[in-house]
Amino acid sequence: MRIELVRRAHPSALARALAPLAALAVALALGALLISALGRSPAAAFDVYIRSQLTDPWALTELVIKATPLVLIAIGLSFCFRASLWNIGAEGQFVVGAIVATWLALSGFGASPWLLPALLILGAAGGALYALIPAILRVRFGVSEILTSLMLVYVAELLLDYLVRGPWRDPRGFNFPQTRLFSDAAMLPTFGDGGRLHLGVLIALVAVFVAWIVMSRTLFGYRLRVTGDAPRAARFAGFRPASTTLAVFAISGAMAGLAGIIEITGQMHQLRPAISPGYGFTAIIVAFLGRLHPVGILAAGLVLALTFIGGESAQIALKLPFDVTRAFQGLLLFCVLAADSLVTYRIRLVSAAGRPA
Amino acid sequence: MTLAEAVLLTVITASTPLLIAAIGELLAERAGVLNLGVEGMMAVGAACAFAAAVSLDSTLGGFVAGAGAGMALSLVFAFAVLGVAANQVASGLALTILGLGLSGVIGAPFVGARRDPIAHLSLPGLTDLPFIGRPLFGQDPIVYLSFALAAAMAWFLFRTRGGLTLRAIGEDHASAHALGLPVLKARFLAILFGGACAGLAGAYLSLVYTRFWSPGMTGGRGWIALALVVFAAWRPGRALAGAYLFGLATVLQLHAQAGAIRLPSQLLSAMPYLVTILALVILAARDRRSTGAPASLGIPFVPDR
Repeated sequence: MRIELVRRAHPSALARALAPLAALAVALALGALLISALGRSPAAAFDVYIRSQLTDPWALTELVIKATPLVLIAIGLSFCFRASLWNIGAEGQFVVGAIVATWLALSGFGASPWLLPALLILGAAGGALYALIPAILRVRFGVSEILTSLMLVYVAELLLDYLVRGPWRDPRGFNFPQTRLFSDAAMLPTFGDGGRLHLGVLIALVAVFVAWIVMSRTLFGYRLRVTGDAPRAARFAGFRPASTTLAVFAISGAMAGLAGIIEITGQMHQLRPAISPGYGFTAIIVAFLGRLHPVGILAAGLVLALTFIGGESAQIALKLPFDVTRAFQGLLLFCVLAADSLVTYRIRLVSAAGRPA
Repeated sequence: MTLAEAVLLTVITASTPLLIAAIGELLAERAGVLNLGVEGMMAVGAACAFAAAVSLDSTLGGFVAGAGAGMALSLVFAFAVLGVAANQVASGLALTILGLGLSGVIGAPFVGARRDPIAHLSLPGLTDLPFIGRPLFGQDPIVYLSFALAAAMAWFLFRTRGGLTLRAIGEDHASAHALGLPVLKARFLAILFGGACAGLAGAYLSLVYTRFWSPGMTGGRGWIALALVVFAAWRPGRALAGAYLFGLATVLQLHAQAGAIRLPSQLLSAMPYLVTILALVILAARDRRSTGAPASLGIPFVPDR
């Protein structure tokens, strides 16, 4: 007996829309198995990871704040993935964006109203330039962008470590590896209850809207889809793969860099050796769970943000390591990919004799 | 023991896990499967091997558990990319994320434990030879196994019918399928072999290289093994050379950090990654036309009826 895949003649649009939800349900079931294997009650875990987060106003605010970088990065990555290009180094671009903009914030330009916009632009530019390294190596030398973009994550993290322990360390920071706090002019305006929501949340929403327009209403969005789905057709249409590669890497790097400096100016207000709990990698899952569609990504960003805040609570309430959350995120990505595939194919069981069972 | 001899011995220890993981991935890629989950399988191998070795108080048991755990994790990947023809790049990333998470869960209770050094080969007379004695005749069994693996892989791929079949499947799965070659079966076995090798490499890290377990201890070695396969142009002999060059670079960087070189330690730590990128660029710039990559690498295969 073996499994065989048969291409569906007419993939159902409804199935395509429901696939991420089915994937989420299966991943939750697998997660419950993992939790019980670790000797905890799945019911208690559900309570800590999900129910208590969604019923507590403080946690809901936190959810939105955590979703902001995920959505920003994933929106950028969706441009790459649409064109079947693999930028898996968004984590590094996030860090470099934060570093480049922090340079301006620390260089002491008092209270100019232009400081914040300049910081955001610098962050995006830093991330874009960093993402262009693997893109140029691919276009110019034919080096796989997958490995180079990933390697550069380690390089960026080490650069950050060097800066906050070395030249940028706050001289009055009691030897803690961190920069001095940003001035008020370099902090994003906040709003809402308790003043924890910051302008970055709105920027992420604008990014979702702009990405939706670009993807569905412009030639560029069309060009990406053709390049990804039918590279030969794209070449016949005169879409140069090299310029597409550079463009999508610049976009995804810019979004990751923007997310990086938004995280610093909106939340942390200084650089530390670790400024991201893996947003750049989790955003890959966000992009796929959101089916590479801006609105889907917005919803998926909230789901993955929930795994982060749930995972933090579970560390205290259930004494479960945060790695449980990472394992769950990996499982979720598997389920999403399998569900996507099952929309295109159906599984047929074939008996050893070769006849359908 | 002279300094040069000491360096050589650490180079062997640093290179062995890279070589084992690269040989495993090389077979999977020759069959046409790009498994980016090496880092995850290695991490789970390291954690399971250490947990088993401490619990059973058996280093051999640890190695078996590590290889088995890597293989078990690769089953998940095989189900996704062969069972339902999912995207290989994304599935490999999922495997890495899953593996790093699981390794943290498995290893956490064993933080702080230590293992004794593994037994090394000792041949009276030969092992005591000056300079070449210890490197050649005084290594642990896994080092010899890694060389045997590389040699066996070269023999299998280029001297056996099975190897020819596997390479044909990796080059053109549609034609191979039309000839009646078992595309999915060969890929399945190659993925499992790759998983076992990655797990074994991880086991070597936690049982020999560090002899303790700590979170994130693989430190990107799985990714470097993936780069080594490209660097080796999918040839086992060149993978061996590449792994040792790379091990040498890592060890020199460690010695530089310990020594008096006035460079930031972070820059030296970044060296392995920068060197990898540079190596890939030099290689690609030289062989512009053909990198030696199997033509069907990374492309899902669904047989047509």
